[in-house]
Amino acid sequence: MSTDVTTAAAEFARRQQSPVQRLQSQLHKRPWLSPLFLLFVAFLSFFIATPTFLTANSMGILLQQTAIIAALAVGQTLIILTAGIDLSVGAIMVLSMMVMASLAQDGGMPGILALLIGILLAVGAGFLNGILVTRINLPPFIVTLGTLSIFTAIALLYSGGASIQAPRLPRLLNFLGEGFGIGGFRLTWGVILVGVIYAVVAFVLSQTAWGRYVYAVGDDPESARLSGVPSKRILLGVYTVAGLIYGIAAWILIGRAGAATPNAIPDANLQSITAVVIGGTSLFGGRGRLVGTLIGALIVQTLQFGLSQMGVDQQWRVLATGILVIIAVAVDQWIRKVKA
Amino acid sequence: MTVNWIQTPHTRASDLEVSHDGIPPGKEAIYAQEPVLSARNLVITFGRVVGLDGVDLDLYPGEVLAVIGDNGAGKSTLIKCLTGAYVPNSGTITMNGREVSFKKPQDAREAGIETVYQQLAVIPALDIASNLYLAREDRRKGPLGSIFRMLDKKGMERRAGEAVQNLGIQTIQNMGQAVETLSGGQRQAVAVARAAAFGSKVVVLDEPTAALGVKESGMVLDMIKQLRDKGLSIILVSHNMPHVWEVADRIHIQRLGGRAGVITPESHDMGEGVAIMTGAKKLGGTATPAAEAPRADAVHEGSRGSEGTRAGHVEDAPADRGDRP
Ligand SMILES: Nc1ncnc2c1ncn2[C@@H]1O[C@H](COP(=O)(O)OP(=O)(O)OP(=O)(O)O)[C@@H](O)[C@H]1O
Ligand SMILES: [Mg+2]
Repeated sequence: MSTDVTTAAAEFARRQQSPVQRLQSQLHKRPWLSPLFLLFVAFLSFFIATPTFLTANSMGILLQQTAIIAALAVGQTLIILTAGIDLSVGAIMVLSMMVMASLAQDGGMPGILALLIGILLAVGAGFLNGILVTRINLPPFIVTLGTLSIFTAIALLYSGGASIQAPRLPRLLNFLGEGFGIGGFRLTWGVILVGVIYAVVAFVLSQTAWGRYVYAVGDDPESARLSGVPSKRILLGVYTVAGLIYGIAAWILIGRAGAATPNAIPDANLQSITAVVIGGTSLFGGRGRLVGTLIGALIVQTLQFGLSQMGVDQQWRVLATGILVIIAVAVDQWIRKVKA
Repeated sequence: MTVNWIQTPHTRASDLEVSHDGIPPGKEAIYAQEPVLSARNLVITFGRVVGLDGVDLDLYPGEVLAVIGDNGAGKSTLIKCLTGAYVPNSGTITMNGREVSFKKPQDAREAGIETVYQQLAVIPALDIASNLYLAREDRRKGPLGSIFRMLDKKGMERRAGEAVQNLGIQTIQNMGQAVETLSGGQRQAVAVARAAAFGSKVVVLDEPTAALGVKESGMVLDMIKQLRDKGLSIILVSHNMPHVWEVADRIHIQRLGGRAGVITPESHDMGEGVAIMTGAKKLGGTATPAAEAPRADAVHEGSRGSEGTRAGHVEDAPADRGDRP
């Protein structure tokens, strides 16, 4: 009887697959392939559509624009991996940015001190989210919806809604906007720092016990607890680390924008979530790769940047992003349904 | 402690002696020792539901203690209280005579208690090796491990493979396979292999063979005997009466959140055990009054039958339990 089973199984393995089915099963094995393919398609289309797109200069700018969202999306990925969501990403970043800038403006405080206080504030904000999620057991959506408004309001009240321009800030705060050119391609320290963040967090997620616990807690919190994983501590840690990353993103943003502005990136929340989702991380937690998020962030920004190079209005770009999210998730669902 | 068993296999169950300190013949030496794990008067409530209503339990070194009882009798709740998954409202737990208070499963694990929970507690998205080593990962040697905290994935995968091999499960080959791709029985085998590999004093198994085939169940029973021979103590929760009567030294009967009695396979046969468990019989000795309450029958009628009762042959064992497929 077992021979029958083996033969049937072998036959099944040898069965004729249509090219589409083969593609589907390949994508299933390598989930980051489909966002990578999407990125490739986007590049190709814009390359054909506008001559200025695929130039060294444009690519440098694209990377700088991607850096902020890509950084925020790292924190967002960690939180979504635990089956949470963070709607307060942008608010924490802006609050941290306004505080570091106002403390340091016109030489009020040494840049390094202001920077540290700003980043610590972001860490504290993430920690607060974590406490509300783990101790009061509120759903992350509700917690961060609340803190989104709270942090935004504090940032506005604190700054009086006014921006602080780069010349009034110490060099350290503007530093990440500086960089060097390789031909026409300009690489900023901010972009490099984001690369470092990705490398470190990807390492932690895939090579350390903490990384495993993040996946375990996101996939099945009760089983993780019964297996001895300190679920609450991991969750609290994830929100706190996310806060730290948002604080660093605030620093990068000052350098990139050449100013600290309360409404610098109004759609930071949605763009960071979009990057994570397009990157193939499941909103149900426990599944996803950081490299996918990086590709996702690049796709979102490529679309924005490419369309703006083509002279397409902001509204149309937002519309395109929306369509992209839905297509990406639909493709993702299709890949998951693979049979082999 | 005295042996107070009257060997009366053919008496009516209404006359059955139910004791809490029966000793299997020939194993007196084990029971002269101090229990490795001991619980007194455990109480836990879930809102208005009483999960455990003052339960005592003793587990001796090197013994296999089976826990049987109807669905909802509190078997899983009992072992969860013993292993830190639940914190009982009151009662004491001692290990080797010293009082312990497990606040979380990790505490019990560190004290040498490994558990296969009924819901298995494996993480579907992680691979088999990661599941076996979850929350006790090995790190790489040298600075890669000590400074960079890198996991020794290769080593853990190899040792996980050995643990599964030891259990004799051949259908699981690739330790890098995600648990979600395994069959229900294979998942259960992973959970059992994990407990067997890491248990140092006590191994608790909550229905470890529920999803297993005949051959695999036999392997788990062999594994239980091996662990016992190594001197470990085992708590086995099971609905499979032949299994229980095969491996258990003593049988703790859980009923309606309380302990209905502790018997041995020698003192009572399966049918009698089931009769006490279901409350179909009027109990002698330290019988629980609840067994006679009308509610008990309602519970019994409504509960899903256990396959082990097929072997039951006490005269008034209820018919509906006997002809389940
Ligand atoms: N977390 C919980 N919340 C509420 N009630 C619970 C909880 N855990 C157990 N109970 C209740 O405690 C009682 C005993 O449940 P338990 O799981 O211990 O039964 P069991 O003997 O293991 O049954 P089974 O044979 O079906 O596994 C049940 O009435 C159950 O509803
Ligand atoms: Mg149970």
